[in-house]
Amino acid sequence: MNQNVPPPPTTGAPAGRLARAWDSDLAYSFRTSPVAVFAAVLALVMVMSAIAAPLIAPYDPFDPASLDLMDGFTRPMQPNEISGKVFWLGSDGQGRDIFSAILYGSRVSLLVGAASVIFSLVLGVGLGLVAGYVGGRTEALIMRVADIQLSFPAILVALLVFGVARGLIPPAAQEQATLWVLVVAIGLSNWAQYARTVRGSTLVEKNKVYVDAARLIGLKAMPVMLRHVLPNVMGPVLVIATINLALAIIEEATLSFLGVGMPPTQPSLGTLIRFGQQFLFSGEWWILFFPALALVLLALAINLLGDWLRDALNPKLR
Amino acid sequence: MLAFILRRIGQAILVLLTVALISFSLFRFVGDPTQQMTSQDTTLEERLQIRKNLGLDDPVVVQFARFIGNAARFDFGVSYQNRQPVAKLIGDRFPATMELAFASAMFALLVGIPMGVYAGLKPNSWLARLFQTVSLVGISLPTFLIGILLIFIFSVSFGLLPSFGRQGVVNLGFWTTGFLTWEGIRSLILPSITLGLFQMTLIMRLVRSEMMEVLRTDYVKFAKARGLTPRAVNYRHALKNTLIPVITITGLQLGSIIAFAIITETVFQWPGMGLMFLQAVQTVDIPIMSAYLLLVATLFVLINLIVDLLYALVDPRIRLSGKAA
Repeated sequence: MNQNVPPPPTTGAPAGRLARAWDSDLAYSFRTSPVAVFAAVLALVMVMSAIAAPLIAPYDPFDPASLDLMDGFTRPMQPNEISGKVFWLGSDGQGRDIFSAILYGSRVSLLVGAASVIFSLVLGVGLGLVAGYVGGRTEALIMRVADIQLSFPAILVALLVFGVARGLIPPAAQEQATLWVLVVAIGLSNWAQYARTVRGSTLVEKNKVYVDAARLIGLKAMPVMLRHVLPNVMGPVLVIATINLALAIIEEATLSFLGVGMPPTQPSLGTLIRFGQQFLFSGEWWILFFPALALVLLALAINLLGDWLRDALNPKLR
Repeated sequence: MLAFILRRIGQAILVLLTVALISFSLFRFVGDPTQQMTSQDTTLEERLQIRKNLGLDDPVVVQFARFIGNAARFDFGVSYQNRQPVAKLIGDRFPATMELAFASAMFALLVGIPMGVYAGLKPNSWLARLFQTVSLVGISLPTFLIGILLIFIFSVSFGLLPSFGRQGVVNLGFWTTGFLTWEGIRSLILPSITLGLFQMTLIMRLVRSEMMEVLRTDYVKFAKARGLTPRAVNYRHALKNTLIPVITITGLQLGSIIAFAIITETVFQWPGMGLMFLQAVQTVDIPIMSAYLLLVATLFVLINLIVDLLYALVDPRIRLSGKAA
């Protein structure tokens, strides 16, 4: 439907477009919600610093040449006794800078999280659209599978997919493949929610006049679904996707923490926490604490944004 | 009522068959079972003999039927890693997970319900607000971080409770229990809080909102108007009705408690099924993976079934509508 509307005359764009965005309901609710602004700033800072990790990280945590065992276990903000180097958030047993490791680690966490959300979104929305639009046996089959999927906790499904992938992928290729295996494992454990939501709204949309009109002008099922129904069922999907991004990041961290996620050569925040846990009893608290804090802040910021988005898009609360 | 029960049982069997098919395909198609059981020195004849012994040359349908038959007799084959029957490995670890799950469910209920009732009765008191805030933390912190945090506070900083393992276990022959010794109970405390915290916050929030809703209904107002004591109104009239959704949620959450036990058992090195499953995933020990999957699915389905039937028993409205249909 959106495609058929001619683009409104853009007077004085981009200033006009910006002004219109500033005046919209969503932007107003954003401006007046301090929590949302705080969460957005926090999320933005973390995402930007993760993307710009190679530029702002004081050390390269993956360059073995730059690591010096003498720098090991340096306390945060205090110069190392031997080399005099200062690590903002301390260093781990091999002299790796925790701050740089967190920057690179949140890069991996965000990448896996975002990719798996996109994967489950495409899969779930696609299946939900087909189920709602086609109906009949296809619908029954897809929704039964979704029911079964939903009755198992995501972490169990992800572990299972991961185990199967381990069995199928030759050992030599496993380390490079881990990232994508995780994306698929987490993606496959979260698609059902999208499918349910999209099926529900598709059932409503497909009986509306514009869909009949599109069919009358001779469009086949595929273009009707993709170009007419899809844009109108995406609203709730975006809310689910935001909240699922936080869940996916936590799920990835959990898998990596359990030792079935990112390998030590390419650590995510969860892998860093797994390392740090070894030093829990020996007093080097910073190796565990800062990666854990980064994970919690990242998840919290995204969760708060998702909560705000849900309320802002909910017409009942306006 | 009978039709309702039969329909639910039929659905349960269908789900179980699907899961059995998945775990059978795992066993049959992921990796070559003979590859895992042989070494480089094994001759070709020996390999073929093993294939034959495992029945891998039969048609797939026959193999699936045999798989189900064996599963019904708790025969899941031999672990690739330990060379022990999977049923024995799981049997050894089953009590540890069950006691952990039981303790955390008890924790969630015994702490969550009173907190929820209080927060529902006095939603504006500072304590109720504190409960709400704390429960937000409980929901947004990942399980493994809660476990690490508890270990840090209670084991490392204050040295009050053991940080890992299952101690003081008494062997009863068919079951091992940690409930009989002080040591055993002490080592259960931190893992069960870790595992139950999420469920506790869930139950607390549920009871709170249900309580607030029920207190607004006419029959509660009428009970108050009749001059009943607040105690009788709050607990005999209101609380009773809030407990119906609590039963459902607790039942459904029991399943995820068993699944999330994987994480808790790893953090606390608790010798349960979850830890074994995780090790199986790491070493691609397919017989253990497929047996665990089947076992957990059976537990899930059974719990769901019991909850549904219990629901019909507790709530007369469902029973009556079943009769009418």
